[in-house]
Amino acid sequence: MPNPNRQLSVKHLLGIKYLQETDIDLIFETADHFKEVINRPIKKVPSLRDITIANIFFENSTRTKLSFELAEKRLSADVLNFSASQSSVTKGETLIDTVNNILSMKVDMVVMRHPNPGAGVLLSKHINAAIINAGDGAHEHPTQALLDSYSIRERLGDVAGKKVVIVGDILHSRVALSNIYALKLQGAEVKVCGPKTLIPKHIESLGVSVETDLRKALNWCDVANMLRVQNERMDISYFPSTREYTQLYGVNMDLLNSLDKDIVIMHPGPINRGVEITSEVADSNQSIILNQVENGVAIRMAVIYLLASKIK
Amino acid sequence: MKKFPIFVSQTPTLELMSQKVLLSEKEIHIILHRLACQLLESHLDFSNTVLIGLQPRGIFLAKRLAQILQEDYKVKDIALGFLDITFFRDDFRRDGKTLTANKTQIDFLIDSKKVVLIDDVLYTGRSIRAALTALQSFGRPEEIELLTLIDRRFSRHLPIQPNYRGRQVDVIDHEKVKVCWKEQDGEDTVYLIN
Repeated sequence: MPNPNRQLSVKHLLGIKYLQETDIDLIFETADHFKEVINRPIKKVPSLRDITIANIFFENSTRTKLSFELAEKRLSADVLNFSASQSSVTKGETLIDTVNNILSMKVDMVVMRHPNPGAGVLLSKHINAAIINAGDGAHEHPTQALLDSYSIRERLGDVAGKKVVIVGDILHSRVALSNIYALKLQGAEVKVCGPKTLIPKHIESLGVSVETDLRKALNWCDVANMLRVQNERMDISYFPSTREYTQLYGVNMDLLNSLDKDIVIMHPGPINRGVEITSEVADSNQSIILNQVENGVAIRMAVIYLLASKIK
Repeated sequence: MKKFPIFVSQTPTLELMSQKVLLSEKEIHIILHRLACQLLESHLDFSNTVLIGLQPRGIFLAKRLAQILQEDYKVKDIALGFLDITFFRDDFRRDGKTLTANKTQIDFLIDSKKVVLIDDVLYTGRSIRAALTALQSFGRPEEIELLTLIDRRFSRHLPIQPNYRGRQVDVIDHEKVKVCWKEQDGEDTVYLIN
């Protein structure tokens, strides 16, 4: 029987970098139970009925915000939603002031997305509430990486020993960085693939290898995580044209069928259909994109539940 | 039914931890068969009845009863499920510990069914309260009954009583009743630990 008194080693989920392998195991096991809960006729448990959670989004999001909100409501927490565009932030209020004002209304946990890397870490040093990073600039997006690994574990049985290639805009991607940390922590092999301009210098120091030929990368891997080209974060042109990017780094059915084995296709969303993957690939049996979305709710319930249990 | 309450003497011992056998393997064997017969008496062919064992320790008792009903009394197709109540407990965040869950496995509908909740020890009644709430997530049963192997008398925090009990015992608060099962602990015995 597993030790019933296990708990997370952290008070906040600021990034995968701060987690240990046992934390990931505990989150996955808890997510297994929540996945069963959200498939019941009544998908709700009363655990967090005395907890209030504020979702503070300084950057646009649909999937992540909905997923967090649903997870919080399934746990019976009270939920406050806050979008920067309709707030006093536009009047010049600082991040810490904004959050402290929200916390004085007795909020126990903050889920925050912010365009600046390290915003969550900064906040954790100044406020007294559990913080979950829902994406900070091009830094980390820990719950996405957890749900990605969880989806790989669900499809392939285990993450350890699997070969995962992350394709696309590595430079601007918080999903890529969190995924690299998470996959390496669980003992997977990781390769990044994309145009040289979109691969950060010295990325090998994270223990990953670099490949610029997509076909070679796909032939090597068990799982391909296709990232979106983040045009909104690009200050200069990193490749000549979208058409050229698609020809070199887009995955279509012909390419997939010509590989030696059936690989698993993932995408964190939102998909630019026809750019990084074609519609056929996105909707094929090899794609687990919608499983990722379903698992996202279970993973976020697990993270919120485990962090909330440490609130005094 | 005649009951045999056991009155445990409170003689002080020099040992820090002592344990005393409350039920031996033979007694457990007899009690399990009696409980199975009592279930049969009120549920007959079990066509509209489901058995649900509570995680983590009630599942062994539930499995045993299902096995006895199937093998010794030839009841066919018993619906047996396991319910985890962790997320429905009322002591979340009470003592600073994280409550970790166990697997829930209920592969049938409980709407309009007669549910028999099965647990090894009935103590404060709080687990059963949580289980009653948790069951609502799976539908609206026609009725819910409670079966426990050990009923710790005089220690209830809530107005909850078993419909079927293996043995009623009087145990003071700091003493612990431990039910051991062959599958998990290598022996069928009930101990009183103080």
